[in-house]
Amino acid sequence: MFSLRAVSKQFANGTRALDDISADIKAGEFVALLGPSGCGKSTLLRLLAGLEAPSAGHIEWDAGKQPGPGDVGFVFQDATLLPWADAAENVYLPLRLRSRRRAEVAGLIETTLAQVGLAEFAGARPKELSGGMKMRVSIARALVSNPLLLLMDEPFAALDEFTRHRLQEDLHRLWRETGKTIIFVTHSIYEAAFLASRILVLSPRPGRIAADIRTAVPEGPDRREGADYIALVHQVTETFRQVMPA
Amino acid sequence: MNRLLERLAPFVFGLLALGLWQGTVWALAVPVYVVPGPIAIFDAYLSDYSVLNPALLSTLTVTFTALLAATILGVFLAVAMAASSLFRAAIQPWAVILQVTPVVAIAPLIIIWVNQPFVALVVCATIVAFFPILSNTAAGLAATPTELLDLFRLNGATRWQILFLLRLPSALPNFLTGLRVSGTLALVGAVVAEFVAGSGGFASGLAYRIIEASYRLEIPRMFAALVLLGISGIVIYAALGLLEHFLLRKRDTA
Repeated sequence: MFSLRAVSKQFANGTRALDDISADIKAGEFVALLGPSGCGKSTLLRLLAGLEAPSAGHIEWDAGKQPGPGDVGFVFQDATLLPWADAAENVYLPLRLRSRRRAEVAGLIETTLAQVGLAEFAGARPKELSGGMKMRVSIARALVSNPLLLLMDEPFAALDEFTRHRLQEDLHRLWRETGKTIIFVTHSIYEAAFLASRILVLSPRPGRIAADIRTAVPEGPDRREGADYIALVHQVTETFRQVMPA
Repeated sequence: MNRLLERLAPFVFGLLALGLWQGTVWALAVPVYVVPGPIAIFDAYLSDYSVLNPALLSTLTVTFTALLAATILGVFLAVAMAASSLFRAAIQPWAVILQVTPVVAIAPLIIIWVNQPFVALVVCATIVAFFPILSNTAAGLAATPTELLDLFRLNGATRWQILFLLRLPSALPNFLTGLRVSGTLALVGAVVAEFVAGSGGFASGLAYRIIEASYRLEIPRMFAALVLLGISGIVIYAALGLLEHFLLRKRDTA
């Protein structure tokens, strides 16, 4: 899909957020960017979205994969819905910005809302939705333009544990069904181990890749409890023990 | 029961105060040209409403024209300031200077410069009223969530789409807060301008009737005009509050 070639990011105030990041990401991978707060993982996401440019190095997109407007779906830590618009209008937004007529895409909006389990809530305003439901609308908004790449910045961090588990399961299923390339920023080892097919562990500031782990946790209802999952959590925890300053 | 009591409380208090006022005026036999009681004021209104009502209408016409002008001017300047930091730097200090200069001080100048009296009154009231709309709308435009701005850019939104689909709707609550303050300020501005114009011989509005009544020592009539102004202020404030409630009722405040 794309390759990071010695990407570094230094902000104008001198803070070095990322240092010499290199990785090849294949289409269809679910990559968790895992690291402590302030390791530059969100910055890396913004570089991929094209919202900021690297100070050194570059991102090389595979032929035909260079994203244009609407090719990147972005989900933020907060749902950031338009508070005056209902769920369907919020999902319609990315299409509206590209001048698609509402009538033309009504079916698409409906199926996308159904995909995140909100078929019944098309007319509900953010005020009437719970935190988890708002996040589902936010995910539907990111999916509706059928993006090449889905970028998610700690989307479940502000939700309660039960809601988070449900959304993690639904997102993992969504990924298996659609085969989307997903880059998911998190600071939770358990979340990364459950969701991802590959975990990039970042060291504290400036962020460097401390480990690149391909996971092999079997799918199934006990994905969260099996021996492979526990072993993976141990492996990642051990990596952190080595890179975190005492 | 408690809620009903709370609803009624201001009216009961008002009636009690009026009764106490009337009682004191009777008991101490205060002459009406010093302090008229509520009954004398009401009588004055009944005998003079053919003069007072058109005066009220004239003041309210100035007020609402000025509020409309202040809304257009305030929103336009706020949008221009949000779009260009150079424009903001150039305009902001002058807007503040205009705001801190008492309108009583500049009203005579404006009344001399603008020889159409109605327009002169509207200009004065607009100067008083536009600043809260400008500053609140500008604050609202500047507080647009950065994530949503990023989202719009990721989807290739144009400047106009960002303005009309994101920035302006985001700033609506702030704008309405400003509008509520400006509504009452427009009335204040209209009355102040009428005072200045009235002392120059231009007869219009309730303020002129107040000056006229004070010259003639018709104190009950003066009070009647004051009461009309007070009621107008409350009605404007409450109506704009209702508008705010109606427009924002479905919105997430978080």
